[in-house]
Amino acid sequence: MAKQATTKEVLLDPIFNNNPITLQILGICSALAVTSNLNTALVMAIALTLVTAFSNLFIAMIRNQIPSSIRMIVQMVIIASLVIVVDQVLRAYAFSLAKQLSVFVGLIITNCIVMGRAEAFAMQNPPLLSFWDGIGNGLGYSLLLIALGVVRELFGAGKLLGIEILPLVKDGGWYEPNGLLLLPPSAFFLIGLFIWGLRMWKKDQQEPALFKLAPQVKED
Amino acid sequence: MEHLLSLFVRAVFIENMALAFFLGMCSFIAISKKIDTAIGLGIAVIVVQTITLPANNLVYTYLLRDGALAWAGLPNVDLSYLSFLTFIGVIAAIVQILEMLLDKYVPALYNALGIFLPLITVNCVIMAGSLFMQERDYNFSESVVYGIGSGASWALAIALLAGIREKLKYSNVPDGLQGLGITFIIIGLMSLGFMSFSGVQL
Repeated sequence: MAKQATTKEVLLDPIFNNNPITLQILGICSALAVTSNLNTALVMAIALTLVTAFSNLFIAMIRNQIPSSIRMIVQMVIIASLVIVVDQVLRAYAFSLAKQLSVFVGLIITNCIVMGRAEAFAMQNPPLLSFWDGIGNGLGYSLLLIALGVVRELFGAGKLLGIEILPLVKDGGWYEPNGLLLLPPSAFFLIGLFIWGLRMWKKDQQEPALFKLAPQVKED
Repeated sequence: MEHLLSLFVRAVFIENMALAFFLGMCSFIAISKKIDTAIGLGIAVIVVQTITLPANNLVYTYLLRDGALAWAGLPNVDLSYLSFLTFIGVIAAIVQILEMLLDKYVPALYNALGIFLPLITVNCVIMAGSLFMQERDYNFSESVVYGIGSGASWALAIALLAGIREKLKYSNVPDGLQGLGITFIIIGLMSLGFMSFSGVQL
C-alpha cells in the first residue's frame, strides 16, 4: 500500500463503501443460518467483530517474524485459539445461546472475513491500524447481520429480542406472521434485495452485464 | 445398513450443506460461473470431505473426547475444547498431503484439481462437516457415510447453480441486481426447491 490509510477511513470504509459481504463476497458462509432471530444475530456479530479485530492485532504484531511459507498455518492457529476463547466464554455465560449457535461459533475460524483481512491487511500494516480495520470490517458484517435479524424476527415471528412488537392473530392481535421469513431461503432473498438497494444508492458498485440485449427493432 | 443409507439421503438432499445450512458460500458464489470449474471444485470437496471426516472422527474418539485418553492412563482428561484447533490442523495437513501425493503420483488429476485444493482448507463445508460429526456424535462408519453425503450435497448444489448461471448471462437483469444480487435470489429459489425434500424418509 503506497499511502497509509487513516484510522477513520479504515474504520468507516468497510461499512458501506467496501462492505465485506455485499462487495468483497466474504464471510457469507456461516452466518446466515443464525439470523432467524435478532438475539443470535447480535451475539454472532459481536463474536465475529472481536475475533477479526484481535486476530488482526496479533497477526500485525508478529507480521515481520512470520516466514511467508507457513503464514497460513500461523494465522489459522491464532484465529482458532481466539475462537476457542469465544466459544468457552459463551458456553460459560450463555449456555442456551451457545447451543442455538451450535457449530456456527466454530465456523468463525473458516469465515473468510477473518482470514481475508489477516492476509490482505494485517500482514502489511501496523498493529493498531489493523485492529481498527478488524473492527470496521466486523461492523460492516454486523450491519447486514443485524438488518437481516430484525427483518426476519419482526415479520416472521412478530417479536424483537423475544419481546412482542406486532401482536399475532393467534394471540388475539392483528398480525399474521410470514413463516417463510423463518426458513433458510428468505435470508438469500433478503440479501439479494439488500445488495440491490445498496447498489442503486452507490452506482459505482454495479457489475457490468456480460452481454447486452440489442434493442428490439421493428422489421419492415 | 438401512440406517446408513437413510443418513446418506438425508445428508445429500434434506440437510444440503449449501442450500439448507449456507455453508461454503464464498466459493459457492465465486467459483460457480462455469460448469467445468464448478464440477472440478465439487469433486475436490467430495474427496477431501470423505478423507477428513473419518480422520477427524478417529482423532476425536481416541484423543480429545471426555475420557478418551484412558488408554494412556489419563481417564479424567477432557480435551474436547481443543477440537476446533485440532480439526483445522488435521484438515490443513490432509489437504497439503493430498496435494503432494496427487502431484507426485497422479499428475493428470492434480492438474484438474490442483488449483482448488488450497481453497478447500478454508472452505466452511469441510470444517462444518467435522463439527457436525462432533455435535451429533457419529461413530466411524456413520462419519464415512456422512462425509461422502455432505460432500456430494455441496457438489450437487454448485453444479446446479453453475448451470443456471451460464444461462443467466444472456438475460436482461436490472442494473443494481446484476451479478451478485441476482445470484443470491437464485440460490434462494434453489433452496426453496430443496426444501420440498424435507420429510422424505427411507
